[in-house]
Amino acid sequence: MVRKDLLVERRSKETLNALVFFSLLLLFVFQFTLGPDRERLAAALPGILWLGFVLAGLLGLGRTFVLERENDCWDALLLAPGDKSAIYVGKLAGNVLLMLVVETLLLVLFTFFFNVDLAGALPALALVVALGTLGLAAVGTLFAAMTAQVRARELLFPVLLLPVQVPVLLATVKATEAVLLGEPLSAVAHWLKLLAAADVVYVAAGVLTFDFLLES
Amino acid sequence: MAADPLIRVTGLRKAFAGHVVLADVRLEVRAGEAVALLGANGAGKTTLLRILATLTRPSRGTAFVLGHDCARAPERVRPHIGLVAHGAYVYEDLTALENLRFWTALSGLAADGAVLARALAAVELERFAGERVRTFSAGMKRRLSLARFVLSRPRVLLLDEPFAGLDQRAKKWLEGYLEAFKAAGGALVMATHSFGRELALADRIVILAARTIALDTPRASMGAEEIARLYRLHTEDGA
Repeated sequence: MVRKDLLVERRSKETLNALVFFSLLLLFVFQFTLGPDRERLAAALPGILWLGFVLAGLLGLGRTFVLERENDCWDALLLAPGDKSAIYVGKLAGNVLLMLVVETLLLVLFTFFFNVDLAGALPALALVVALGTLGLAAVGTLFAAMTAQVRARELLFPVLLLPVQVPVLLATVKATEAVLLGEPLSAVAHWLKLLAAADVVYVAAGVLTFDFLLES
Repeated sequence: MAADPLIRVTGLRKAFAGHVVLADVRLEVRAGEAVALLGANGAGKTTLLRILATLTRPSRGTAFVLGHDCARAPERVRPHIGLVAHGAYVYEDLTALENLRFWTALSGLAADGAVLARALAAVELERFAGERVRTFSAGMKRRLSLARFVLSRPRVLLLDEPFAGLDQRAKKWLEGYLEAFKAAGGALVMATHSFGRELALADRIVILAARTIALDTPRASMGAEEIARLYRLHTEDGA
């Protein structure tokens, strides 16, 4: 599933191109809004960073099953004998990979646009981003499947996803804030534990319910 | 004593939001038998196929494929069926070989390159193995769709308008393929509007009208004109 999705994306580049363009637009808007004031920037940076990740993620995650819809392959997925949770895990892995690529690009552009040095905080930031991305993608992949066959999916998807993401967003923004201020990871251990717990719960819920969700 | 039917449908009813599409449908299809399912638009042909394919649950009644309940044990039914619907179930940006590799992996079938190449050769697509499906004609996509069944070897094929949109050469090829499938002991159910090749392949003609099976008769006893007359009689009087 991952190989197939990445292969199609490498050839069409539809999602990646759209996400990169969208990320650039976001950065321009943020840059104009915040201006050169370093203090305002430092206070807003963690929230802005995650706002960018979440908005780009919403676009990417919402397209999780577009390939199946456009190619009329949804029924064929259902009919494939075997464990359907493998489909979820494959789609989740593809989403996490795609989101990490876009987030890496966004981080690089952030340092360029806002003239901030993230090098010192990078290892800790990478851990926070990885945990947050997994949480986002785990629920996003599940809800993308849930809304794939309904008419108002573009509206329903973010409306369903964002409230469930509150613990992940809260923990990631708080942890990112502390990490960017130079605090050690031990200082944000409680947020990281919350993130890890949310990831485990979300992934487990996805694996356990995906088959039922697809069948219904 | 005749062998148990591969498909057995009894007292089947399906309603969508109170609108009854199928009511008290009874049908049996045996190994090596082909059934042409005729009916006007909205007669419930596709719904019946989807119930047999485990994609739609009946509101009442039962549908069994090889003794497995389509509603209660869909995972036991699926290895035995092949569905060819309006879509070809192929990814346009993948090559023929990549498509086949993906579906075999998803189905948990062990298939190396040589086996996949043989499956493509069986549907006469070996020369196009490395080409993207986007460039394929409708007939080639249908053949690629059928290549999956060369590997999974289902006992039952469910086809929705199998010859629609195909040129004469593709139709001839598909006819041969389905004849061979039937001769090997497979059961075919073909939903169709047309009185063309589907009827030539069929051993039985089943007409769906007024939400149920209005006629179920052997094909051998009738000519095309007689079938057309019966179709008009049932669909115009009963629909």
